[in-house]
Amino acid sequence: MFESMTRGFDSALSFFRMGGKLTESNIDGGLRQVRQALLEADVNYDVVQQFTDRVKAAALGQDLLKSVNPSQQFVHLLYQELAALMGPVDHEIKLRKGDVTVLMMCGLQGSGKTTTCGKLAKLLQSQGVRPMLVAADLQRPAAIEQLRVLGAQLGVPVHAEDPSVGPVKVCQNGVAQARKLDVQVVILDTAGRLHVDAALMKELEEIDRKVLPQQIFLVTDAMTGQDAVNSAKAFNDSLELDGCILTKLDGDARGGAALSIKSVTGVPIKFIGVGEQLDKLELFHPERMASRILGMGDVVSLVERAQQQFSQEQLEEQQKKMASGSFTLLDFQKQMGQIKQMGSIMDLMKMIPGMGKIAESFGAMNINPEKEMGRVEAIISSMTPKERLNPDLIDHSRRRRIARGAGVAPAEVNGLLKQFNEMSGLMKKMSGMGTIQRFQAMRQMGNAGFFDPTSQMGIPKLRTAPEVGDRRAAEEKKKKARKEAKAQRKRNRR
Amino acid sequence: MGLLDRLKAGLKRTKDLLFTDVRDLFKSGEPLTEERLEQFFARLIATDMGVAAANAIREELRKEHLGRLVDVDAIWATVKAQLKLLLKGGEGTSWNQTEPLSALNLGESKPAVILVAGVNGVGKTTSIAKLANLLKKNGKSVVLAAGDTFRAAAVEQLTLWSKRLDCEIVTKPAGSDPASVAHAGCSRALEIGADVVIVDTAGRLQTQANLMKELEKIHRVISARVPGAPQEVLLVLDATTGQNGVIQAKSFSQAVHCTGLVLAKLDGTAKGGVVVAIRQSMNLPVKFVGVGEQIDDLEVFDAEQFVEALFA
Repeated sequence: MFESMTRGFDSALSFFRMGGKLTESNIDGGLRQVRQALLEADVNYDVVQQFTDRVKAAALGQDLLKSVNPSQQFVHLLYQELAALMGPVDHEIKLRKGDVTVLMMCGLQGSGKTTTCGKLAKLLQSQGVRPMLVAADLQRPAAIEQLRVLGAQLGVPVHAEDPSVGPVKVCQNGVAQARKLDVQVVILDTAGRLHVDAALMKELEEIDRKVLPQQIFLVTDAMTGQDAVNSAKAFNDSLELDGCILTKLDGDARGGAALSIKSVTGVPIKFIGVGEQLDKLELFHPERMASRILGMGDVVSLVERAQQQFSQEQLEEQQKKMASGSFTLLDFQKQMGQIKQMGSIMDLMKMIPGMGKIAESFGAMNINPEKEMGRVEAIISSMTPKERLNPDLIDHSRRRRIARGAGVAPAEVNGLLKQFNEMSGLMKKMSGMGTIQRFQAMRQMGNAGFFDPTSQMGIPKLRTAPEVGDRRAAEEKKKKARKEAKAQRKRNRR
Repeated sequence: MGLLDRLKAGLKRTKDLLFTDVRDLFKSGEPLTEERLEQFFARLIATDMGVAAANAIREELRKEHLGRLVDVDAIWATVKAQLKLLLKGGEGTSWNQTEPLSALNLGESKPAVILVAGVNGVGKTTSIAKLANLLKKNGKSVVLAAGDTFRAAAVEQLTLWSKRLDCEIVTKPAGSDPASVAHAGCSRALEIGADVVIVDTAGRLQTQANLMKELEKIHRVISARVPGAPQEVLLVLDATTGQNGVIQAKSFSQAVHCTGLVLAKLDGTAKGGVVVAIRQSMNLPVKFVGVGEQIDDLEVFDAEQFVEALFA
């Protein structure tokens, strides 16, 4: 996400990075590129204008030109202004005591309202809250059905009635139903329209007035262009939104809406949808977004994703194993599986500062880290359980068997084992260190290529010693070549 | 209501946006200044036509009118001419309004296969229903293949439409391989001698490599079943889409060689301008526009009228 914007910023900043002097005129030049990048990313024209004006004023005002490292200062300034554009955000959904909390979702058709209802329910579930869904979208054929399916998948009760009842009544009945059930939060899935029109607004206002939801969220498609701001404004005018949920941010949406909505309407973006699965709803953090847009990575989110995947006990156990040197290939295999579940390697790499460019160059070179990881997995899977626990067992013949099973050259098996040995040695050392030292050691490991599943890549398939059959074939080939050369010489003589 | 009126109604907001501000922008008798041009540029950006296209129009205006006294009509003529040029592309393609099927290349042999793709929530299924309706009205028999086996209730939605339109539909249970649905749809059409098969696909983001591969497979399977098919690959685009539309067009074309665009939800949006950017960078024409929520609200795209309606 935000790649195009990041590239724009990058080219604007490249000049400063080269150590060029900051002058008013080249700040202007850089900002012009920033402006172009933002406009191409569908950021609202006025927002772009204000943003560049503010950055320029701040840059000149802060005596940036005279500071020790002006280009870094300038990046920092951009970061601050970007974060300010999108924040601040309060994600908390306050639960009422003794009564159900009602959340109302609204948005245009096709923005992903119904799916987002499911995702939000899932998010609440993961926080230990019991949600319920109400199907008040009586417009779209099959919306009720879709919500039912989602409810069944999540194990969440769904309140639905015949469309003839009318949306307001359905919502009221839904909330009444929720009070009887053991439910804490009710999520209302309201109808969408193609565009903001009076009939829709009236319907939504009526629901708002009669059901009195505690929070109202607008669901917006991140791919929407300049219109995103207009519809957000219209919804906010009649409903007083509490927040925005930006969907489909996993595509290469340019994210202009993310930057524009808060500063034009004052409604903060609270959640973002980053995938089709129901657990792909994340809290929106302006600072992290700003850092990602500027190509500075997003380590905090990476760590959070890791925490979701690895439980504390698991981590401790692994750490203990590492410390005692008993971290085996079996554990390694397990770990790889979990990393895979965190998302695509490319995505993860983009969250690490400085790795974004590497990930991009992979794409350009047609390198697929996923595939490489698959290769490593295949090698480990081709080992017997005994071999995984004790790799020292692997001799020449076992290695050949494993290589054949995994479809790789035997040398690759060797390479993996060697890396693994060095890694477990380092891990053992690391476990006795403080955090900072540990980080340094990690860096060392990174340099040695441990975290980089592609470190072995680009090396052409290594051949092992030729076998008897090969030798014979080679001799034949040589003989034939000699014969042909002889014949050719003869012909040349004539 | 004729097409022109409907387009006008659909584009009213764009027009309002351009026109009201613009009337204040360009006043007869004043000299045209850089400042005014910049303000006009901002309005153009707001239509989603992209920085490049907006720049092209601004450049043209600068060349022709900068520093002269404003002649509103002449300025409009320049803007319109430039826009039409951008929209029609190199060959000056346009379709016959009275024959709605002229925009479609249905080939010689039966059945013709139309593959419909797009990102999530753009209105693929509805557009398919409208297209089927249009084909039926023009005397073609249609088979629908409900290839969106992923989204909950998508198959039901299309089945509902097929009943209303009284045309045959081929479905498989949720989670089936969409390529097999496409295959079954083509087979069914061959069996009953239908004229056209329209294959629905699940919405997918262009960044999801595995899903794009799946789309390629659907395309492959169709060509294997019906030689020369699919005759048309239509990418459905939401008219509110911004510059991402260009990337969508690029990536989908890369996977399945799109032959044209369907601009859905044009009614009531302020935008649709992204088709200018797409035409400019990809030379991919808009074939149909969805201009309302009713089943008949699908029209053949006409660049002339689009531009006229924009500024009329």
